[in-house]
Amino acid sequence: MSKEKFIEANRISFSYPSYDGTLPHLVLDRVSVTIKEGEFLAVLGHNGSGKSTLAKHFNAILIPTEGTVTVDGMNTAEEGKLYEIRQEVGMVFQNPDNQIVATLVEEDVAFALENLGVPPEEIRRRVDEALKKVGMYEYRLHAPDQLSGGQKQRVAIAGIIAMQPRCVVLDEPTAMLDPKGRREVMSTIKQLNEEMGVTVVLITHYMDEAAQCGRVVVIDDGKTILDGTPREVFKNVELLKKRGLDVPQVTELCYELRKEGCKLPDCVLTEDECTAAIENLLKGGAQNG
Amino acid sequence: MLKDVTFGQYFPGDSVIHKMDPRMKLILIIVYIVMLFVADGIIPLMLGVAVTVFAYALSKLSFKLVWRCVKPILPIVIFTAVLNIFFIEGDPIFQWKFISISERGVITAVLMCVRIISLIAGSSLLTYTTTPIALTDGLERLMKPLAKIKVPVHELSMMMTIALRFIPTLIDETGKIIAAQKARGADMDSGNVIQKAKALVPILIPLFVSAFRRADELALAMECRCYRGGEGRTRLKQLSLSPRDWIAAAFMTAALAGVVLLNKFGPAVMVL
Repeated sequence: MSKEKFIEANRISFSYPSYDGTLPHLVLDRVSVTIKEGEFLAVLGHNGSGKSTLAKHFNAILIPTEGTVTVDGMNTAEEGKLYEIRQEVGMVFQNPDNQIVATLVEEDVAFALENLGVPPEEIRRRVDEALKKVGMYEYRLHAPDQLSGGQKQRVAIAGIIAMQPRCVVLDEPTAMLDPKGRREVMSTIKQLNEEMGVTVVLITHYMDEAAQCGRVVVIDDGKTILDGTPREVFKNVELLKKRGLDVPQVTELCYELRKEGCKLPDCVLTEDECTAAIENLLKGGAQNG
Repeated sequence: MLKDVTFGQYFPGDSVIHKMDPRMKLILIIVYIVMLFVADGIIPLMLGVAVTVFAYALSKLSFKLVWRCVKPILPIVIFTAVLNIFFIEGDPIFQWKFISISERGVITAVLMCVRIISLIAGSSLLTYTTTPIALTDGLERLMKPLAKIKVPVHELSMMMTIALRFIPTLIDETGKIIAAQKARGADMDSGNVIQKAKALVPILIPLFVSAFRRADELALAMECRCYRGGEGRTRLKQLSLSPRDWIAAAFMTAALAGVVLLNKFGPAVMVL
């Protein structure tokens, strides 16, 4: 298949069935997203925006009520392709406690491979490899409850990459972690994308995490409202604020300063960029004055 | 207080007993129990006790652990002994009003006590030296033939694994809920039994709600990892019987044979 259209959601709508006869609320409303192979994509949106629902369409956990999702050319609505799709697109969830199945780290990482009927020696090799990649190899014989949140989440990621998927969808993987755990998990995710070339879809409501991605899609009320590089997206400070979303702190600082008439670039994403820009401004100001 | 609850009471170690295949351990425990009940005299039973002592010595675990597992069942042991002493009829060796104690009664009581204590000590050795996960694994493989008659062997063992996995998580959560309810003014330590039982309701309900939510998420995560039941599943860990397992099996068979022989040809004085 063409690498340009690895995952393609074509005008998909989705609503959860209603049981009390009321009109079902449309969680996704004709959303179209195309994900290229090797891309690092963030899906931004606040609670209830439909971002998690969208994520669950990428590996056939949910099937759209209208429109189609294709993964590597396979339609997710086709029953027979279910396991092939799930093997290609792995998924990591928010709560690390609720996705670890086994009582030993290595057994948990092996879970998917056992399900797929991989021969034992191959399982051993791939489990060790996956654990080394997320830096949890020394903990392979620990019980999951002995680990910190960040470590558990890395084990969960290892359990997915052991399947050798081409894409990993992470649904707010850092939402329940402390700052240290968040950093650990983010660096693991980045490494996945940069070193292994895995396509990453990161569902998040942290702006600074989204700013580290190659592309950002903003979802609000079941519709895509912005789609582009972090720079292009965070330029729209007003629009994002109106929708109840934030922009990274430094972006907001520069935006406010620009409103006050300071000559700053119109989209600053990282702290380094921000300090450099302000330093420049101050130096320039000193020369002018 | 909840942190003290241990499950499976596994004591890590690297002794011969620890390294044995869980399947063989399970089979041998059954042979061991049969042996204890086949023994019907003091001398054959002493052989059974010797096997227990030898196994503990091999496991390099402290003999204090025997006390630890026997303590909870002590009332049952004493109750059985008393029943046997007073209610087994025979030539009285002691008589006071309507109470009479016979020699046979005393011997039966002693035999029963030794039997029960050895039984508990022996089977505890199994849980002391085998991780719960290895036990589950061993059970699943031993019961595999039953899958042919539609016994859901894989499902049962999956349930066991998940239960074991979530015990610490749920204990942790219970602690948090208790703290949260206390912070809201719940009184859990005073009142009579009924009031205390009622005080558990605000703990159990949130715990159940959260357990169901966890179950739902876990099911989703398992589906994402292509779980589809036991069919066509392979395992990371392969169990293999090593020479030490066969030696243990031979040893246990010999002990059982010894007990049977002693029953038949042992000194008749002690036989009932």
